[in-house]
Amino acid sequence: MGSELLVDVLMVGGAVFMFLASLGVLRMPDLYTRMSATSKAATLGSGLVMLAAAVYFNEFSITVRVLAIIVFLLLTVPVAAHMIARAAYFDGVPLWEGTVLDELRGHYSRVDHRLVSEIVPPTEAVVPEGEEGDDFTA
Amino acid sequence: MSLTLVALMILSVLTAGMILTFVRLLRGPSLPDRIVALDLIVTLLIGIIATYAILNNQPAFLDVAIILALVSFLGTVAFAYYIERRV
Repeated sequence: MGSELLVDVLMVGGAVFMFLASLGVLRMPDLYTRMSATSKAATLGSGLVMLAAAVYFNEFSITVRVLAIIVFLLLTVPVAAHMIARAAYFDGVPLWEGTVLDELRGHYSRVDHRLVSEIVPPTEAVVPEGEEGDDFTA
Repeated sequence: MSLTLVALMILSVLTAGMILTFVRLLRGPSLPDRIVALDLIVTLLIGIIATYAILNNQPAFLDVAIILALVSFLGTVAFAYYIERRV
């Protein structure tokens, strides 16, 4: 049966991508690289498994539902990742020491939560390196 | 190989991934790390639910996946607001 083979392939591909995402979230060196692993690979993986469900049931209403989930994930996951990364950078979560370029460094004002073109005075600027990320103590 | 066997193997792979993510949830040095891990756990759960729906031939389970995707997005946005206003 061709469609059963297609379901197998889609499910296995999705599971591989989702497992790689969880491996990346465990092994990557800092928060931002971890987010790059989860937001892309996990979205692709769950989308593939959802597509497998659509192919397996082969029914119009279920296909529409699955497509709605996939579109919703594709719309919301980047937004959520951007909000978390912005909040984390502002909170001072340190970057990996092998980071080559940090274009936001010195441009983020601690006072009014604004990103400005000119260099902010060092007393107000957010510098996300140096300290380890805090727990719930701040 | 039957579809049931493949689905069971995929469920175990996704469970292994969930265990790895739980390690990051417990260790994760900062609060955003834990939030990212929670987000990934929900995404893995969506995959598990879809596989389970295929395994049991029950398309009604896919509605749960819709609700989970919605709630996880709202929770992540709420956490991001919380972190940004905490500073």
